[in-house]
Amino acid sequence: MKKYWAFFRMRFINGLQYRAAAWAGVVTQFVWGFMELFLFDAFYRADPSAFPMDQQALASYIWLQQAFFAMFTSWQWENELFDSIASGNVAYELCRPVSIYNMWFTRSVARRLSRAALRCLPVLLVASLLPTPYGMGLPDGPEAFAGFLISMVLGLLLVSAFSMLVYMSAFYTISSQGIRIVATNLMDFLCGAIIPLPFLPDAAQGILALLPFASMNNAPFRIYGGDIGGMEMAYTIGLQVFWTVVLVAVGKWMEQRVKQKIVVQGG
Amino acid sequence: MKLYWKHLQMHLQSMMQYKTSFFLTALGQFLVSFNVFLGIYFMFQRFHQVAGFTYSQCLLCFAVTLSSFTLAEVFFRGFDTFASCIANGEFDRILVRPRGLVFQVICKKVELTRLGKLLQALVIFCYAVPNCGVEWNGIKILGLVLMVLGGTVVFASLFVLYAGICFFTLEGLEFMNVFTDGAKEFGKYPLGIYGKHILVICTFLVPYALFQYYPFLYLIGQRSEAGFLFLPLLSCLFSIPCYLFWRWGLRHYQSTGS
Repeated sequence: MKKYWAFFRMRFINGLQYRAAAWAGVVTQFVWGFMELFLFDAFYRADPSAFPMDQQALASYIWLQQAFFAMFTSWQWENELFDSIASGNVAYELCRPVSIYNMWFTRSVARRLSRAALRCLPVLLVASLLPTPYGMGLPDGPEAFAGFLISMVLGLLLVSAFSMLVYMSAFYTISSQGIRIVATNLMDFLCGAIIPLPFLPDAAQGILALLPFASMNNAPFRIYGGDIGGMEMAYTIGLQVFWTVVLVAVGKWMEQRVKQKIVVQGG
Repeated sequence: MKLYWKHLQMHLQSMMQYKTSFFLTALGQFLVSFNVFLGIYFMFQRFHQVAGFTYSQCLLCFAVTLSSFTLAEVFFRGFDTFASCIANGEFDRILVRPRGLVFQVICKKVELTRLGKLLQALVIFCYAVPNCGVEWNGIKILGLVLMVLGGTVVFASLFVLYAGICFFTLEGLEFMNVFTDGAKEFGKYPLGIYGKHILVICTFLVPYALFQYYPFLYLIGQRSEAGFLFLPLLSCLFSIPCYLFWRWGLRHYQSTGS
């Protein structure tokens, strides 16, 4: 356990080094957040009755999305890992007395967390000062906040578990480009990064909510604003646990298979 | 021009050496903007109109923005990736060659993988043009072409401006993405829906609205001044300050070492 903690710290501190990039990111995130708000506001005025979310809940959703963009974004791939698989350098990693899955998983979590840690505070701070219903609202009660925190952690683990599947698949395909493209776009749409899931057709909601993608950023952000509450919240968190366990199990299984039949490229 | 053609062929040939990679990247480009399209589609499934604009009218805006951004990206990619060109000393090589600097930077990179996005823009045009309720005539079609070309010039100018900044910072500035990627992202809807302040910024600071919004209003018949159709020409003037800034940056450029 201690060695993984060391990996985590290493990666976390490494991620904290890119401060100038983070500031630029914060500016971008702000502009993005405002434009999204104006956009949804225009749709709200077009037909308030068709609006599937509370306006305040949506504003919180948008600001959370911007603040934790680096944490949940689909294209946060670590190119080093893909490169190491393609070039054969991964052999050194396999020699180490650690599980490659656990090591990369920790890395992935640490990287996402460190990037988000730099960006989230300024965004959240300023967003909370904006007038209602455009600003970041308070959570919908203490249990919503507790649920939000639990759900955030699970979401982060799940996103990392999902990226691990993509990394593991690179062992089979060597050129991972195709899978990356499909995975990125699928995830982008189905996790609600393009438009929040409640805005998709009602008929599709039932299925979408069951997919692992809905358990990523969709769950915590909507729990925060009270869009998912009560029993539904417990159910959503349960689903998050389920998918995290499943994806980790599949990833581990892939790791076992890979280890048995890996052919390292190059000399 | 002949020289440019030669470069184009070279880029095409080198890309065709890695066919799978080329098509996968093009497919990726297609999928990314297809996601954006799906977003628009589902929003209109729910709301049917926004600020008085219909679905196919918004698609027209989306196609104009997407195609002009993509054209700028295909042909002016050299400026978009200018930071790396400075960082690896490539620009110093360019400086000593007896050809125009702008021309050489343009020739350096032609990003044909972006054609995936362009294809999508074309498909959307094919759908939106007959369906958006515009009575097309020669002058209006000319207007639409001007919108796309004007947009290409504006985005290309932004790339040049960005390259100009690189002379000072020696590395890319991420927040410039707000003006390029951000405009591409939010230009999918008519710019007027974001409210008055945004429209003023998009008219006077960076003239997106001159090629995307005002001519569009004339096309769909919300405004009757035919002069609106030729505003994209005005937006081309944006390239002048951008180019001057680039020249100014060039004068202050001190190489990056060995």
